[in-house]
Amino acid sequence: MTITGIAAIGAGLAAIGAGMGIGRIGGSAMEAMARQPEMHGKIQSSALILAAFVEAVALFGVVVAFLQG
Amino acid sequence: MFVNSYNVRTFAANLKQGIFNPVRMRINTLKSIILSVLFFAVFNVSFAFETKEGGDDEKFDPKEMILHHVKDAYGMHLFDFNGHPVSIPLPVITYTDKGLTMFSSSEFHHDYNGEVIVEKNGQRFVNVHEKVYVLDEGATSVTYDAEHHPTNAHRPTMDISITRNVFMMWVSLVVLLLIFLTAARRYKKSNDNVPSGIASFVEPLVVFVRDEIARPMIGEHKYKRYMPYLLTIFFFIWINNIFGLIPILNGANLSGNIAFTFTLAAITFIITTFSGNKNYWQHIFWMPGVPVPMKIFLMPIEIIGMFVKPISLMIRLFANITAGHVIILALMSLIFVFKTIAIAPVSVAFSLFITVIEVIVTAIQAYIFTILSALYFGMATEEAHH
Repeated sequence: MTITGIAAIGAGLAAIGAGMGIGRIGGSAMEAMARQPEMHGKIQSSALILAAFVEAVALFGVVVAFLQG
Repeated sequence: MFVNSYNVRTFAANLKQGIFNPVRMRINTLKSIILSVLFFAVFNVSFAFETKEGGDDEKFDPKEMILHHVKDAYGMHLFDFNGHPVSIPLPVITYTDKGLTMFSSSEFHHDYNGEVIVEKNGQRFVNVHEKVYVLDEGATSVTYDAEHHPTNAHRPTMDISITRNVFMMWVSLVVLLLIFLTAARRYKKSNDNVPSGIASFVEPLVVFVRDEIARPMIGEHKYKRYMPYLLTIFFFIWINNIFGLIPILNGANLSGNIAFTFTLAAITFIITTFSGNKNYWQHIFWMPGVPVPMKIFLMPIEIIGMFVKPISLMIRLFANITAGHVIILALMSLIFVFKTIAIAPVSVAFSLFITVIEVIVTAIQAYIFTILSALYFGMATEEAHH
């Protein structure tokens, strides 16, 4: 297997991790909003910020894979 | 987008509600987004075809095409007309041991494979994959090593060319100045401070940055000091993200350029460091409320954290915007990889979908960069509360 292939697998793993993380954040935010609709705006902005944090870690992986690939 | 003032106004007013409260998204926003995306998609198609024509005799290489679109370039290629590329030439400025040399990028005749040699100031310049090289003494053509790096040419000491990214940055500065100076004049003219014209497009966004970003993150007493910077980066990143999506500009991918995002993140880092109070530095070097071995253990982690924050800001913006461009171009190149028209509807539909998401991402990334900067400023200026 070439280094490019391994890099592609790494990028895929990073995407899986980010998908799971953001999925959990989104699901919990939805649940919280359904429970407390009056907190809608606050929950949404904090969910966006948290998603950005999770995504950043995945993007580190993608950038490293990109440099290798 | 800026032509129809009615649409712009409703778009702006709905943007806040639309993106951050999707439940309340109104039909108007949807309509203007869909219309602008259709416009984008049509251009994207013409794009991909034109790349195909460029390399008729050789095999189509999606990787090279995508990298060429995402990277910076010396000229601004607009479109092909009858097989001839049409572009805006931009100045190439280099500084070598023979002094300053300046010439137009049109002298390369759209060549980026190092074939056209430009003689200026006693030096020979070639353009190898959108990087200017100076040929060594006596060399008449570029030779490459196994990794396709030139062996008999070197980079100039300083390359301060006005590339298409620099050009687009200046265009965005002019556009921002026009928008905000016009808005300011509107307020000066009106007696009751009621916004009109372009000011009613700008005001909800400024109020949004103040009430949703600066106030909750930094705090009621100190947010005013940071408002100019937060507003500047919000609008600067947003408008450059939007410019990156306009296909006729050939993906002037300024906010997907790591040097650009590095500069913005570095400014945030400098402001955070200089506005840090005693409480902030104490939390980094001598964490209160934990035993002494833990204090020593936490210190290096906190110091690393100080630098990781701006680095993650830099990589997040760069990777998000670049990834968006790469996905759209990759979906388009599927048509040419499979060499059939049957796949075209699928790939056009998918890139339409991705472009819709990218339009939203332009605003979200500007918002994320601004709110995280505000969060870091808030952490730096927070008073001890016990």
